[in-house]
Amino acid sequence: MPAASTALPPIASLELRRDDAGAVLYISGRLDAPGSAQIWPQARQLVHGEIRVDASAVTYCDGAGLALLYDVIQRGATVEHLPDRYATLLAQLDPTTPLKTAPAVVSPPFLIGLGQRALAAWQQLYQAIAFIGELSAAVALVLRNPRQLRLGETLLHCAKAGADALPIVALVSFLLGVILAFQSAIPMRQFGAELFVANLVGLALVRELAPLITAVLLAGRTGAAFAAEIGTMKVNEEINALVTLGLEPVRFLVLPRVLAVTLMAPLLTVLAEVIGIFGAALVLLTFNIPLMTSAGQVMDTVGFTDYIGGLAKATFFGFGVAAIGCLRGLSTGAGASAVGNSTTRAVVSAIVMLVVTDGLFAVAFFYLGW
Amino acid sequence: MSIEIRNIAKRFGNFTALDHINLEVKTGELLALLGPSGCGKTTLLRIIAGLEAPDDGQILFHGEDTTEKHVRERNVGFVFQHYALFRHMTVFENVAFGLRVRPKETRPSDAEIKRKVHELLNLVQLDWLADRYPAQLSGGQRQRIALARALAVEPKVLLLDEPFGALDTKVRKELRRWLRRLHDEMHITSVFVTHDQEEALEVADRVVVMNKGKIEQLGSPSDVYDKPATPFVYQFLGDVNLFQSRVHEGWAHVGDARFAAPQGQTDQAVVYVRPHEIDVSREGGAGALSGVISHVRLLGATVRLEVDVAGQDAVEVELTRERYLQGDWKVAETVYLLPREARVYVPSAAEWTDGGGI
Repeated sequence: MPAASTALPPIASLELRRDDAGAVLYISGRLDAPGSAQIWPQARQLVHGEIRVDASAVTYCDGAGLALLYDVIQRGATVEHLPDRYATLLAQLDPTTPLKTAPAVVSPPFLIGLGQRALAAWQQLYQAIAFIGELSAAVALVLRNPRQLRLGETLLHCAKAGADALPIVALVSFLLGVILAFQSAIPMRQFGAELFVANLVGLALVRELAPLITAVLLAGRTGAAFAAEIGTMKVNEEINALVTLGLEPVRFLVLPRVLAVTLMAPLLTVLAEVIGIFGAALVLLTFNIPLMTSAGQVMDTVGFTDYIGGLAKATFFGFGVAAIGCLRGLSTGAGASAVGNSTTRAVVSAIVMLVVTDGLFAVAFFYLGW
Repeated sequence: MSIEIRNIAKRFGNFTALDHINLEVKTGELLALLGPSGCGKTTLLRIIAGLEAPDDGQILFHGEDTTEKHVRERNVGFVFQHYALFRHMTVFENVAFGLRVRPKETRPSDAEIKRKVHELLNLVQLDWLADRYPAQLSGGQRQRIALARALAVEPKVLLLDEPFGALDTKVRKELRRWLRRLHDEMHITSVFVTHDQEEALEVADRVVVMNKGKIEQLGSPSDVYDKPATPFVYQFLGDVNLFQSRVHEGWAHVGDARFAAPQGQTDQAVVYVRPHEIDVSREGGAGALSGVISHVRLLGATVRLEVDVAGQDAVEVELTRERYLQGDWKVAETVYLLPREARVYVPSAAEWTDGGGI
């Protein structure tokens, strides 16, 4: 098909002429939807800043044409000689006042932004301190009067955080033991020291990895669940309902959860240690080291302080994971997405807390000579 | 127990939620806080409950300053808009909860709790649902359980935050009549928040109309409806037609009609007429406004005509169905409107430039 037949016959046209007073853009023809569309790109190119537009040859102008004229006026042109019946329409659009658009979102100046961030950080810190205070008060109350503890609720959370987590903790720690044993057995074999793999894996698991991996699993399973449960209660105003019925949410909701996880974390860690070492021993069996020999090696190297140190860490990790989950739940904002946000934040800040405190424990144990 | 609210102010950032409110809730009355969204009514209720702290001012319960007291020491019953029932507990447990968690010295015996809960469930007519979980109940049932839960701890003050806001019209109407009966039986000092003027007028002993953090008017339902203190109250309590007019020699003129106008600083005035206070006829008379019917809308028992009057916004006229059928009004016919009652406001000059037409 020849190209010429596809082009539309010109409905409207633009022409740039220069006279004594400067450049004038002449618009002519029908300014309806197709006509305006034809000349709009060209008009946008030609109109930059102040220019006169002569519209005396416009034979028809509808909404589309007015939109075009509005556009060129907004770009700085002055429209002249538009036939009166269209000029009144154009005047109603009030084209010379600048179009109000929503102000662009500007980030606040540096100092204000810094202040806002500092304030947010301070508020978070304040919240955390208040939470720790309330939790301590609740603990003190329960120590003085043990009946104030909700035993049933605590046991329920023990079951959920502890017993229900057995399979996953067992699986992960078994694989961890297997992997560690394999990875260390290969280089050790070059020195004929496969036997000492048991020592290595035993120490690593008891001192570091079993508490850490258990705590990470607890953060993902239990900490997130606490944040979601308490967050949902907060969004549904159930927390406020509790408060109006005369209950402190911290004593009522947080204490049983924190207590349960603090108790369960070391128990799960013991399980992780035993199963991890068992996994490693199975690997060593394939290197022709009997189970009894591996066990003897582990017994010889892993001392009581290593064991107690690991459990102390596990207890602390458990407390931290549960407290962070509950704190994030209680500080949930309003709206449907708030619960999701708190859950994410609970897991992320719990894991960051784990890594940081594990580092601190390492330094402390080093100086204590454990 | 009476509640006194003294000079309470609350701001959220740059937004003034409450602008120095003074109010007294009398012992045993049912008070409605009525206003559009964002007028501060819920904030005020939460401040009374202690769920929110005011920036300034005092709350007195029975003459005693309670501003600094914790929620749990205030002994209030609070009913939330979205029920806030404990989802993992049965209906019975929900209602019993407030009693069960009391310290041992003040906790009633199990038999006593059981008796009390069943009494309350009978009161809200839902005893047969005691073993269900909240998720198995309808919205209206849930809200009644929430009310029973709030009443279980024998609060001195009952606070309800848009209690029927999430329910459908029919259930809402039923429940508000029921709430009124319940209040007549129990006579507990109650404050309830609503944005539904019908609800406030039907249920409350007194109504507080709020707007933009201020109290516009306080009075009995008939007071606020018949003698609205401000144009806002008049407009908020039911539909209204507005006529812009000019005051000339003590009369506000709207077309050929004129209304007695109070003295003001300007000659601008706004005439308010309720849709059901306008007569329609085919013959023009003195003081009638002529217009053309543009729409006829059937709203069940009533019929609404929309009439275009020259120089004014479309005027709404509400007729009973019988009168509509008698008159046999058709779209596009010219009719004459005769307002039976009207209110004329002459705004001060400042208000006029500010709001245009209130």
